[in-house]
Amino acid sequence: MGDVKVAMIVQKPQYKGETSRLAITHAISYQTVEILLEDGETVTPKLCFIGEGVLGLQKGQNAMELYGITSTESHMKNTLLVDLDVLVCKEDLDKYGIPEDAMPNADEMGADKTIQVVPFAEIQKAIEEANHVMFF
Amino acid sequence: MGKLAIGCFPGLVGNMTFDFAMKLADAAADKGHSVSIWFSGNATGSVKAHQKHLKDYSTGEKPLLALIAKGVEICTCEACTVARGVQKPESIEGVQWNAMHWYLARVHAADRVLLIGGE
Repeated sequence: MGDVKVAMIVQKPQYKGETSRLAITHAISYQTVEILLEDGETVTPKLCFIGEGVLGLQKGQNAMELYGITSTESHMKNTLLVDLDVLVCKEDLDKYGIPEDAMPNADEMGADKTIQVVPFAEIQKAIEEANHVMFF
Repeated sequence: MGKLAIGCFPGLVGNMTFDFAMKLADAAADKGHSVSIWFSGNATGSVKAHQKHLKDYSTGEKPLLALIAKGVEICTCEACTVARGVQKPESIEGVQWNAMHWYLARVHAADRVLLIGGE
């Protein structure tokens, strides 16, 4: 199979457990998977945040200054820099009162992609189109 | 037969999820399926050799060695593992060490993918 689509669904905030942060780094690793695949084979993840997973994505995080670790915001910028599709559920952002413009971007790093705030129906579509679905 | 790629994230001690992943892999291998297991997060603590199997605690060493003997591919996330103070020479023999793209490569080849989440 040439391209394998993977929907990575994050349901928990990164500050409550390591797994949801690992979803982000596993998605980013699609950039280097080709060294282990045959020519023409690719893996294309879509990183989707739903439910409590939308918490903790906001810009302005100071994890490095306060805890000496990479912030979720920094990880999110890296996802955009490596051209990942990142979908955040609009209904869940609304539910928690988080405005769309609180989502970080990586414009200053030259990223072409931005976080896509979308209705859940779009995330459902990503799930349906995927060869494999992972829930983090 | 099919190819099964299992991502395993839970810690060895504190729940039975890790044990379930091992049992599932064992059953699939017994049926003749090709099985790979990727350890990430707290599951990487399970690859340290010379675990003492106290009866009140789950053990990783015994089932991992049995699975490796059956041909199950097992790989641990190097970054997650060294972050927990486990170095490669201390690892159970036969466990591979690699980065997250190892799992994605097995996902690419797999007929079925399971991600057994952690804490």
